[in-house]
Amino acid sequence: MRLSRKSRSVLTDIWLVGPATCAMIVLIFIPVIIVALMSFTDYQFGARSFNWVGWQNYIVMLTDPTARHAVTNTLVYAAIVIPASIFLGLIVALGLHHLALKTPRFASGLRAAYFLPVAATLVAMAVVWQMLLHPSLGLLNQLLAAMGQQGPAWLSDRGLVLYTLAVIGIWQSVGYNMVLFLAGLAAIPSDLYDAAELDGAGSGWNRFWTVTWPMLGPTTLFVTVITATGAFRVFETVATLTKGGPAFASDVLVYAMYREGFVYFKAGYSSALTIVFFLLVLLVTALKFGILEKKVHYK
Amino acid sequence: MIEIDAVTRCFGENTVLDNVSLVAEEGSFLALLGPSGCGKSTLLRLIAGLDDPDAGCVRIKGRDISGLSAVERNVAMVFQSYALYPHLSVAENIGLPLAMRELSRIDRSPLGRVFPASRQRRSDTQARVKKVAASVGISDLLDRKPGALSGGQKQRVALARALVRDPSVFLLDEPLSNLDAKLRVQMRAEIVALNRATGRTFIHVTHDQVEAMSMADRVAVMLGGRVAQFGTPRELYETPSSRDVAAFVGTHPITFVSGPKSGGLHPIFHGVGVPSPSGPVVIGIRPEHLTPAPQGPITGRLHNIEYQGAEVLLDVICDTGITLRATATGDWQPPTPGSEIHLACAPVHMHVFDADSGARLEAGHKGAASCA
Ligand SMILES: Nc1ncnc2c1ncn2[C@@H]1O[C@H](COP(=O)(O)OP(=O)(O)OP(=O)(O)O)[C@@H](O)[C@H]1O
Ligand SMILES: [Mg+2]
Repeated sequence: MRLSRKSRSVLTDIWLVGPATCAMIVLIFIPVIIVALMSFTDYQFGARSFNWVGWQNYIVMLTDPTARHAVTNTLVYAAIVIPASIFLGLIVALGLHHLALKTPRFASGLRAAYFLPVAATLVAMAVVWQMLLHPSLGLLNQLLAAMGQQGPAWLSDRGLVLYTLAVIGIWQSVGYNMVLFLAGLAAIPSDLYDAAELDGAGSGWNRFWTVTWPMLGPTTLFVTVITATGAFRVFETVATLTKGGPAFASDVLVYAMYREGFVYFKAGYSSALTIVFFLLVLLVTALKFGILEKKVHYK
Repeated sequence: MIEIDAVTRCFGENTVLDNVSLVAEEGSFLALLGPSGCGKSTLLRLIAGLDDPDAGCVRIKGRDISGLSAVERNVAMVFQSYALYPHLSVAENIGLPLAMRELSRIDRSPLGRVFPASRQRRSDTQARVKKVAASVGISDLLDRKPGALSGGQKQRVALARALVRDPSVFLLDEPLSNLDAKLRVQMRAEIVALNRATGRTFIHVTHDQVEAMSMADRVAVMLGGRVAQFGTPRELYETPSSRDVAAFVGTHPITFVSGPKSGGLHPIFHGVGVPSPSGPVVIGIRPEHLTPAPQGPITGRLHNIEYQGAEVLLDVICDTGITLRATATGDWQPPTPGSEIHLACAPVHMHVFDADSGARLEAGHKGAASCA
């Protein structure tokens, strides 16, 4: 039997998207639904039964200071890391882009150095950070001491620990953002810079706002989404360096999720945290596809 | 007046422009004609100030402009790729040169909508943008983004952006290459009309010889980074200075026939009346100058006929196996292929080139004295 042209192309479409869609449904959508259902129960890992508790888990999350801490810490962390690592990534990329015209060797060496934190295992790097930041033996405080300053306890001071982690987070994502921005910069047609020069927008400042920044629009949007989801997901540095301490001062959503679920086996409560986290990330993604995507492609 | 004086430009080992000298009179239309990669765009960028020569200099109105920036030279350029800003509307694209030159940073910022003086200046520039857009026929496109325009419309926007201010020179880098044949002919006429109307000097880059010949007052033929010939379209066509120029200029490809190694014309041309030079030469003869004539001195067999309406192209094989291309008017009644045919050519239309150097020998109608 010969199928019509249309049904053949429909079959091709199904054949192409089918496997990935099935995997998504089995590995992502179904678990999300299960987690969503679990967040309304008091289920504990290993227990034989559970009770429906309605919004109880969410009410606890809103009223319990520990959980509130995890949410606000995550937001503060993201509010520092997102803008700083995008801005620094852009600055470094612009610098390297210009440097590459003059000394290509040196520029590619620097690029590798900036990219190193992305390629390295964060857990191993955390050990290095721990040694650098040790209150008495760490290199940083030794240097401060040499200058006659008493360095603080970077990872065990309650007021400081979140900011220390934020700096590590920035250090970790600047390299990745820089590589993305470099690719974006390389894709800008040089004719546009020539046109800008003839049009009187040849100074560095005008060039940037007339050509570079608008042409980087899609890259910047992508970098923002990647950095934002990365910042909301912060876990490794917290787990290896502070375990959320001292006194929950560096507790974040994903670490709380892990602790409640895998240390205290409170699967129901942990699921509720997961759903909140999921909604945050969903919001960022929806913002990207719904609103900003249209603005940066200049259609 | 623009003078390009012995300009050389190298990229590493590669000499892209080699001792190029040209002069464009004030208000004239100069075409740079040459095959792809011969350095036309490079020369244009040097004039615009986007690049600097390794040797030589460019003078505008007698003044050396080597140290001046692109803005100070006050040139306008239409880029090969149009180079429109994709994030700005057509009106903003056209208005950008005005905004950058005549408005302050405050005028351009959102605050500019508030202050009365700024608003006045902004609406002045908008009025000028509208006027220019109307003159190139894109008034109804002003709110669109370049991404939503066709190639021809983009070209007009690029042209409008160049026209909106009053530059001393217009540089056009193959602005018509992306247009369809009909629009191209129309835009050719429009650009020439602009040159007459503005009285500014135009330098137009193209690799299409018809475009160069039909638009320009003077044409510079560039081959391999050198100016092979610089003259009026008529000079290029009637007295090409070298074999390569002759091959490049003209609608129908010119036919070359080498003479014997010992020197002199090929025997088939002995009856034409061109004095025989002594050294080895190559004869160039354009198809449109070789026509069937009952008493013609050149004989051969008609091999192939191409009917093109206004004219008929003939391939004629001579005794020695040489194929000549000839033309006849469209109403000419051709004999059957394979029959003998006589061709005639005025001596003045036979171009004699040195076989080794390819340089033109003024043997033709003036007598062979110069090279005998
Ligand atoms: N920035 C550059 N670095 C190295 N080589 C270059 C550079 N710009 C141009 N060239 C070389 O110079 C030569 C001439 O280039 P140019 O762009 O002037 O050619 P063109 O005559 O405009 O050709 P087309 O008709 O294809 O536009 C080419 O061989 C090109 O490879
Ligand atoms: Mg070019």
